[in-house]
Amino acid sequence: MNQPRTTASESARSPDRRTPAVRHSLLPLAVRHVLLPPLVRRTLAPAPVRHALLRWFVLALAVAGWQLVARAHGSVYFPPSAEIARHARDLWFSGPVRHLFLTEDAVADILPSLGRMAAGFGIAAVVGIALGIAVGRSRRVYALCNPVLQFARAVPPPALVPVFVVLLDFGTPMQIASIVFSAVWPVLINTAEGARDTDPLRLEVAAVLRLTPTERLRFLILPSALPRIFAGLRLSLSLSLILMVFSELLPGTANGIGFTLTDAQSRSDLLTVWAALALLGTLGYLLNTGLLAVEKRLVGRGRTTTA
Amino acid sequence: MLRLDAVGRHYGDHQVLHDITLTVPDGQLLCVVGPSGCGKSTLLRTIAGLLPAYDGTITLDGTPVHGVPDNLAVVFQDYARSLYPWLTVRENVALPLRRRGLPRAERRAEADRILARVGLTDTARRHPWQLSGGMQQRVAIARALVCRPSLLLMDEPFGSLDAQTREDLEDLLLEVHRTDGATIVFVTHDIDESVYLGDRVVVLSPGPGAKVVLDLPVELPGTRDQITTRGLAEFVALRSEVGRAVRNR
Ligand SMILES: Nc1ncnc2c1ncn2[C@@H]1O[C@H](COP(=O)(O)OP(=O)(O)OP(=O)(O)O)[C@@H](O)[C@H]1O
Ligand SMILES: [Mg+2]
Repeated sequence: MNQPRTTASESARSPDRRTPAVRHSLLPLAVRHVLLPPLVRRTLAPAPVRHALLRWFVLALAVAGWQLVARAHGSVYFPPSAEIARHARDLWFSGPVRHLFLTEDAVADILPSLGRMAAGFGIAAVVGIALGIAVGRSRRVYALCNPVLQFARAVPPPALVPVFVVLLDFGTPMQIASIVFSAVWPVLINTAEGARDTDPLRLEVAAVLRLTPTERLRFLILPSALPRIFAGLRLSLSLSLILMVFSELLPGTANGIGFTLTDAQSRSDLLTVWAALALLGTLGYLLNTGLLAVEKRLVGRGRTTTA
Repeated sequence: MLRLDAVGRHYGDHQVLHDITLTVPDGQLLCVVGPSGCGKSTLLRTIAGLLPAYDGTITLDGTPVHGVPDNLAVVFQDYARSLYPWLTVRENVALPLRRRGLPRAERRAEADRILARVGLTDTARRHPWQLSGGMQQRVAIARALVCRPSLLLMDEPFGSLDAQTREDLEDLLLEVHRTDGATIVFVTHDIDESVYLGDRVVVLSPGPGAKVVLDLPVELPGTRDQITTRGLAEFVALRSEVGRAVRNR
């Protein structure tokens, strides 16, 4: 019964001890006691595996629920999940093996979308981190820039798109610019704050060790700002996805997942609309998972201390 | 030679140090003792060139100290925070060697050598936060010793060590001091320790406006040894004298 006495930092260090609490809050008692035992409990699987199973279990439950309700209703607006999945496979993932099962439609629509998003997010990340460090390292620059940054952050990103349409006309440059100019702010602001919060004692250490500015950046400022940088990158990533779709919804685009959406909508092809939505959700999930994995590798060590 | 001439330091209108004049010859091990909050850490930071705005003058080998001097090492009082948690113990200790332009393999070897001397052979690849407080303190000491500084400033470096490790490290410091001949300014609370280690003990008055109230050369016969030295009549006499000055009687 030492559970309640564990401090936040202690439980953060041992994920195993946190698991029971999460399990309690996530699942209703009935599910825990009736459905789970055969599935999870008796397998004696290690905690991380059990945890993953539980997460997928809830998702599977939601998909199955959708399937049952949609089947029972037979509405054309809400097709059953199996049908959506089948349609998505036919549309994008039934191609030849040497194309990694991607169909021509997938190559024509998903890849350009992802390419633009990667370009936009990549530029936003590099520019945001570089400017963020520059802004955060100087008290004066930070004070001068902060109001501008807060203002830029407050503008709803899609509202900027018309500006780029006028400036750059329709097409890939406009789309990438829209993504960059929305996604850059969270990384920039978070990096600036992370860099500004560098422990003053550690800066004194860097001064005594006579680190060069580059070494100081590499060994002190970047690593200590890294958790904040990743917090910014996660926000930027989801903004990139949003802006990717949004910039493709406008008239004048010829390909992309967003284009698939509007195109299907104009043909009242709701099955394709749902398939595109499912695809976007999956992509968002996968990209975020990828980013989290990178973060865990880079930030994991040295981060259990509070300082 | 390190010279402090009428050095003062204030934070806002809070005068911490007042009119400190000291000359530390090359190779001296000077212990600074004083009550908590009197400004010992502030004094070390000022000597290290980390607090540029001070009154009076500080010169090191004749040149005034404005920035951080070359060939200086500091063990900060807050040793745990002074380590870089994202680097391994070895990387932390090897960091000061970068400015000497050594190749990577040599930096590693030097770091391992000094880690062995402070009794941390097996921890090179771990991270500081995986170590106990006393072990972290030894990492901080190793990082200061690794580049053989000519001026070493230590702020209560043995504060959280058990008696045995503490005595071992006191002897290590004396040995390093004998072989490398660095000038050392060693801040401590511990009166015994100051007399055991120092060639000279300086006692600061309680703040605000701390100044030197006792400047005592320590002359003890023979090589110092934890058991015999501490039993000497001279040792006991010096200890009482420092103790009286600290307690202001
Ligand atoms: N950054 C600062 N701003 C304002 N006042 C400070 C600052 N740093 C230290 N002081 C004040 O200066 C005085 C001396 O502090 P200092 O840390 O030098 O004491 P110390 O002798 O090292 O104490 P201890 O033995 O407890 O470490 C204290 O009264 C403290 O409040
Ligand atoms: Mg102090």
